[in-house]
Amino acid sequence: MPDPDDATTPDGNDWSEVMLHVVSGKGGTGKTTVAAALALALAHGGKRVMLMEVEGRQGLAQLFDTPPLPYEETKLTVAPGGGEVWGLAVDPEEALLEYLEMFYNLRRAGSVLRRMGAIDFVTTVAPGLRDVLLTGKAVELVRRKDKDSKSPYDAVVVDAPPTGRITRFLNVNTEIAGLAKVGPVRNQADSVMNVLRSPHTAVHLTTLLEEMPVQETIDGVAELHDAALPVGGIVVTMTRPPQLSDEDLELALVDNLPRSTIAAAVASAGLGSARSKQGRGITDALLTEAHDHATRVRLETTERDRINQLGRPVYELSFVPGGIDLAALYDLAESLRQQHMA
Amino acid sequence: MSQTPLEINAPVLDLNSVIADPDTRIIVCCGAGGVGKTTTAAALALVAADQGRRVCVLTIDPARRLAQAMGLTELDNTPRAVQGVTGTGTLDAMMLDMKRTFDEVVESHSDPERAQQILENPFYQALSSSFAGTQEYMAMEKLSQLRAQADADGRWDLIIVDTPPSRSALDFLDAPERLGSFLDGRFIRVLTAPARGAGRGIGRLLGAGFGLFANVLTKILGAQLLTDLGSFVAAVDTMFGGFRERAVATYELLKDPGTSFVVVAAPERDALREASFFVERLDDDQMPLAGLVLNRVAQTRMRDLSAAEATVAADHVAQTSPATASLLRLHAQRQRSVGDQERLAQRFIGAHPSVAIAQVIALPEDVHDLNGLRQVGELLVGADRPTSEEN
Repeated sequence: MPDPDDATTPDGNDWSEVMLHVVSGKGGTGKTTVAAALALALAHGGKRVMLMEVEGRQGLAQLFDTPPLPYEETKLTVAPGGGEVWGLAVDPEEALLEYLEMFYNLRRAGSVLRRMGAIDFVTTVAPGLRDVLLTGKAVELVRRKDKDSKSPYDAVVVDAPPTGRITRFLNVNTEIAGLAKVGPVRNQADSVMNVLRSPHTAVHLTTLLEEMPVQETIDGVAELHDAALPVGGIVVTMTRPPQLSDEDLELALVDNLPRSTIAAAVASAGLGSARSKQGRGITDALLTEAHDHATRVRLETTERDRINQLGRPVYELSFVPGGIDLAALYDLAESLRQQHMA
Repeated sequence: MSQTPLEINAPVLDLNSVIADPDTRIIVCCGAGGVGKTTTAAALALVAADQGRRVCVLTIDPARRLAQAMGLTELDNTPRAVQGVTGTGTLDAMMLDMKRTFDEVVESHSDPERAQQILENPFYQALSSSFAGTQEYMAMEKLSQLRAQADADGRWDLIIVDTPPSRSALDFLDAPERLGSFLDGRFIRVLTAPARGAGRGIGRLLGAGFGLFANVLTKILGAQLLTDLGSFVAAVDTMFGGFRERAVATYELLKDPGTSFVVVAAPERDALREASFFVERLDDDQMPLAGLVLNRVAQTRMRDLSAAEATVAADHVAQTSPATASLLRLHAQRQRSVGDQERLAQRFIGAHPSVAIAQVIALPEDVHDLNGLRQVGELLVGADRPTSEEN
């Protein structure tokens, strides 16, 4: 049992100090879904959470079943207990103009810059600068204060680029710092890195219990660690509980399940007698499927061990049959809360 | 036991004919991350080599295990021979080294002195090694280099290329246009002006708005960065023309009938949505699409026993044979997965009815050796598919 007086987890939440949650993961591991579920979980009980999308895929709009998000902070949904989840799909060009306005009061310069091809240059020809703008925007949301000096958002969740690119993405401001030795760009780059490397940021990684995503997670953790970026939790997604008892799994793995008993049961269920072609076919199919399943469960056990060896908090979300809708998202958020991720 | 693919209503993608056709010189695999794109590229390359093609496969950021499966301790920017190809063909594998490729472009497009200047410029170093996005351009640059070498010495007659795992993987299709608008724009002239010694005359050259613009740049970038950037752009200025020509040539090469695009997806909502995006994008640019590879398809071993029937039967034997009940529930779960995947695939087909599809069933474990890779390759080209005589 965690100590209720433990200062690091005052409300039983593993990341209560964190304001910026960056969610990454190998493609296909449910990164966007986890980011959305985490935002909902964090908003529970009256908090206001910003969910930010940076890859221009409009994945959040699809997930929340809304029209494509404009580059504008938009309320997406409410959480139990009066919380709110807001969404923002960052458009690099708009972010650049905003950046000019914010730091230099130069929004009007935008049209000149566009005519000169400079905006194209920044947002497409030199795409790394895109990452500068995106990370800058995330940090701006975290640091923003309203007129009462309060943060308008209690937390910011970023649906970030995949594991293979995440360190480069978050570290892009270090590159800028290498380029600009002094001046406002340098200052901005340094202050973004300060936030990204602080205890107020956590980079969570999503994975499936499969060899390649787990390996990528292990490599990703090492890379983040080397870049002095704060590794958060590991979220294992789409898990399915074993359908067979441990004993039967072992038998299935070596094709030793009692065939005659199963054939008899298949017959008693009216699916075809043990001697009929149909009955034999069904029994064969069930035994083969059991073997497939046992092989898969064994693999998952190995992969789960490898994840646990990372020594990071691990959360599991079960597979949702039929795809993720808003109702499923609430269930996943509740599951993350139960596991103290939020 | 034959493996049952999804029952979907789409033309079958015959990759065997694609790789067997000597006119096929380039295959480009694209798709969302995590759908098995790199493995698909490598497996297709192996099977093509087994069938006698002389193949080079260019992978982007492959898992270390894939390199090991091909018997290579590591993959780098040099094509290395893979041992164990059956038959008369050959297989070389390599991994894109973005920075090295960029350096080679610089070296081949400028004299040694200027090349040195560029390579040492801090702005170039950041651009070539750390910035995302460069990868897409360099993958295509490497492809055109390989193709030039193949044309020159005949070492390869088929090049298979993997693409970076992002939607921007097709950014290279925009490269000619983007580079064009950038080069023809005034921005580059502003950046290069100080290095050209144009001095104060530049204001006249660029007309109204420049004063503001110059202020913006200096204010934002700072004088030192602006100098670095300016000298970088000036140094590569002459090279950019070459870049644009190359981009245009690569674009034409991709459009050639000797190229086949293969879009890879998993039967999941997001992956299929990305696949739709790729298919549409390729269609817009009139790129030759071979079809869609649907990877990791769920299968059941007894399609005729429905999820509902299996569930009823499971309840019936729950008391007498709990193990059988579990097996039946497991089967019901698999039937439902197959049904879900069929619905998702059918939705894609509804939007793209003419796109041919090849299905690859999910294997319980990842590829660990050349035989595992060959097994995937054979599933891809349909070697396991029963022929019509057998039916």
